[in-house]
Amino acid sequence: MSIDLSQFHQVFFEESIEGLDIMESALMELDVAEVDHEIINSIFRAAHSIKGGSATFGFKSVSDFTHDLETILDQVRDGRRNISKNDIDIFLQSVDCMREMISLLQAGEDGSTESTVELQKQFARMLENEQSEVPGQNAEEQTQQAEAQDCLATIKFVPNKEILQTGNDVVRMFLELQEFAEIVDIKCNTALPAFSEFNPEECFLSWELVVRSDRKENEILSCFEWVSDDALIEYVPQTSTTGASPSDAIAAQGLSSEGSTTESLSSNSVDVAQAKTLAEKEKQEKPKARAATGNKTTASESGSIRVGIDKIDNLINMVGELVITQSMLGQLGTDFEVNQLPKLVEGLGQLEQNTRELQESVMRIRMLPISFTFSRFPRMVRDLSQKLGKNAHLEMHGEQTELDKTVMEKIGDPLVHLVRNAVDHGIEMPADRLAQGKNETGTVTLNAYHQSGNVVIEIADDGKGLDRDMLVSKAVDKGVINQNEADLLSDEQVFDLIFHPGFSTAKEISDVSGRGVGMDVVKKNIQALNGAVELKSEKGAGSTITIRLPLTLAILDGQLVRVGGNIYIFPLVSIVESMQYKEGQVNEIAGGCNVFRLRDDYVPIVELHRAFGVHCDEQENALMVVVESDGEKVGIVVDELLAQQQVVIKSLEQNYRRVDGVSGATILGDGTVALILDIPGIVKLAGENFKAGQAFIASRKQNDLHQQQAVG
Amino acid sequence: MQVQGSNSASTTVGNAATQIEIEGQAGDSNDQYLTFIMADEEYGVDILCVQEIRGWESATPLPNAPTHIKGVINLRGTIVPIIDLRQCFGLEAIEYTAVTVVIVLKVKTEEGSRIMGMVVDAVSDVYALAQSEMRSAPDLGNAVNTDFIKGLVNVNDRMVILLDIDKLLTLDDVKSISKLTADMVSEAKS
Repeated sequence: MSIDLSQFHQVFFEESIEGLDIMESALMELDVAEVDHEIINSIFRAAHSIKGGSATFGFKSVSDFTHDLETILDQVRDGRRNISKNDIDIFLQSVDCMREMISLLQAGEDGSTESTVELQKQFARMLENEQSEVPGQNAEEQTQQAEAQDCLATIKFVPNKEILQTGNDVVRMFLELQEFAEIVDIKCNTALPAFSEFNPEECFLSWELVVRSDRKENEILSCFEWVSDDALIEYVPQTSTTGASPSDAIAAQGLSSEGSTTESLSSNSVDVAQAKTLAEKEKQEKPKARAATGNKTTASESGSIRVGIDKIDNLINMVGELVITQSMLGQLGTDFEVNQLPKLVEGLGQLEQNTRELQESVMRIRMLPISFTFSRFPRMVRDLSQKLGKNAHLEMHGEQTELDKTVMEKIGDPLVHLVRNAVDHGIEMPADRLAQGKNETGTVTLNAYHQSGNVVIEIADDGKGLDRDMLVSKAVDKGVINQNEADLLSDEQVFDLIFHPGFSTAKEISDVSGRGVGMDVVKKNIQALNGAVELKSEKGAGSTITIRLPLTLAILDGQLVRVGGNIYIFPLVSIVESMQYKEGQVNEIAGGCNVFRLRDDYVPIVELHRAFGVHCDEQENALMVVVESDGEKVGIVVDELLAQQQVVIKSLEQNYRRVDGVSGATILGDGTVALILDIPGIVKLAGENFKAGQAFIASRKQNDLHQQQAVG
Repeated sequence: MQVQGSNSASTTVGNAATQIEIEGQAGDSNDQYLTFIMADEEYGVDILCVQEIRGWESATPLPNAPTHIKGVINLRGTIVPIIDLRQCFGLEAIEYTAVTVVIVLKVKTEEGSRIMGMVVDAVSDVYALAQSEMRSAPDLGNAVNTDFIKGLVNVNDRMVILLDIDKLLTLDDVKSISKLTADMVSEAKS
């Protein structure tokens, strides 16, 4: 009976990707001058797990590739090979290559790519060099190897009973052993208990293997590395060269008994069904996601998050408290008397607190440290600075700052763009830096911290900063502003120009910049998350970009407003100010659009009741809320301002569809639904309504004309 | 509200006629249909689509929505749109009262299932109907779209129009049905 291993593929992919991340970050840490053994070990372990996993699942391309990589790493580990900067580059390339292979396998394709072949050739070259180098360097070892040439050894392998339950497969280990050594003889000892005590999931077998190999002991035993804690392994070299003749019968016996035990593997699997559905879901989602994001790391796309056990425990405590409060209130409710009113109020207060705490803890589950996003930057800055011939160093602070998972996923690409920009446009060439009396190595600093309910991410560089004159001349060239305006602009306003669509300060499009993600897209993405972006820069000293993001997308600080009988919610972040709406200050400009004089400025007005087609109160007491959308101020006329409160965002699209001018809905304290306004949408809507109105008037005029003609 | 006695399943009507629980299962081969009344005509929907039946409560209107979309309500934390089936079918609109009924349905669409509420005059009955009893809707040519009609069935000498909810409430089509249905109903009668 064969088991369907494909149900575990998803787990393997996830683990491998995690392993690759570990390898990558360890490689980044690795100092060529002083090799830290712990780091090498962690790289080796990650590679080894990937190799083992891929061999188990029959992904030969990956296992062959990792095997070669592992061999080299092993030499590094044993101190037989010196590692150079070039080697680290090759290892990093291999990590990329494996990532690609795994994502190919995930898509159900064969894992080999061109770079696989290329890198494998490089590995072979490295190994050859090593063989020619080593004899000269280490004569002792050479003799050891020569001695080992004909060596026969007996390996005694007595696994613990539980070995099968940890997913280890003895047959695979032996197959792997064959790669190092010729198995001359297999003896299988059974220690079967009485039938009543027999458990099919336990292993009662032990083996004695006679192997012939030119490899060293530790190399041969590396096959058993995974099970070294779960088994007794003895290696006894035999001096006599007259090995026992191979006993096929015993070998066959050993193998066949193994075959039956592998079946038990499937019953050990945890949540098979769940893994399967997950895998299927992933399969469906992956192609789409791949198409959209190309070769990016797949880690951020997976639909699961790991939650610390402390968070879960905390949550359970809260639910416990909630249950207690609920039962208290229930008891109070069964025979309620008026004199118990204070107790009821107290109970309700407690309930409120419980609910709020519970909500916060649940939100916290969705929070992940921002290091998930930051972790890709060291590598990126390194590669980028190498490619550009610059020296750049990345400093990161506040990696533990927590951020909602959805927000994090969406902020990844804009951040990549900003860091890229900092290295590409910010940091100068080493020679220029030295000429300016700066350190040859430029520094890009990523900083994340919490500030008043927001997450702030700063990307700072100590490069050349923005050049006001260049920006202005470019903006004038592109017709974004004219020369007269340019002289009046403050520095901030000039810097804001780089967020203008179609504005790129890059002189030419390279593969570093000009990838179609302009700064305007960055700004738009951040605004779509209800965030804000700011830029400070000093010529010659560098620039700092500050991104402010809400902690979560699920809750919004809202301003409740009333229009006629309806309640709507403004996102508080978009409101600039509110004021009395005075007819006297309204002017109608050409085209029928109303504007309002706000100090020295004129802002267009949107009457919400008109845009939404609802009734409103009399205009005398109307208020105007000035909001900012895409850098434009717009006045929105409403009847009354109500409370400010946090609202939970609910989707309208889930059961209905997108509604213009509305970004979502929420449920108010009294259980009714209120709509959350989509400010840019409303502005657009107002424009469309205006056009429709014009068309209506035009058609009516035409009708009148026809009628007159008919009468005439 | 009009509730007829039932033959195959028992229906209990709550105090304010807001909630009806349906119990009991008919034979396996038969599908069960919940029927409701609109303009003296009886319509049926697959009972497995029906999530619950509630009394009318005022909905929050959506801006610039077609008239048959009455707005959205809060259904235990989910935002659910409410459709007036009368207006959707081009029938005369009636005033909502405390006994106006909303049937909450789970509709399968291409993007997954959505929940919608449907305002009808009154809930009528639950019938177990075999596929064989069903007559297909009259083919009225290309002029009238009858895709959303699963079939016609005769119960106690009354015609019941069985609706295919998944097709009926695919929002984009709702509008196009409006008038056509009225014509079709009158033709089916004659």
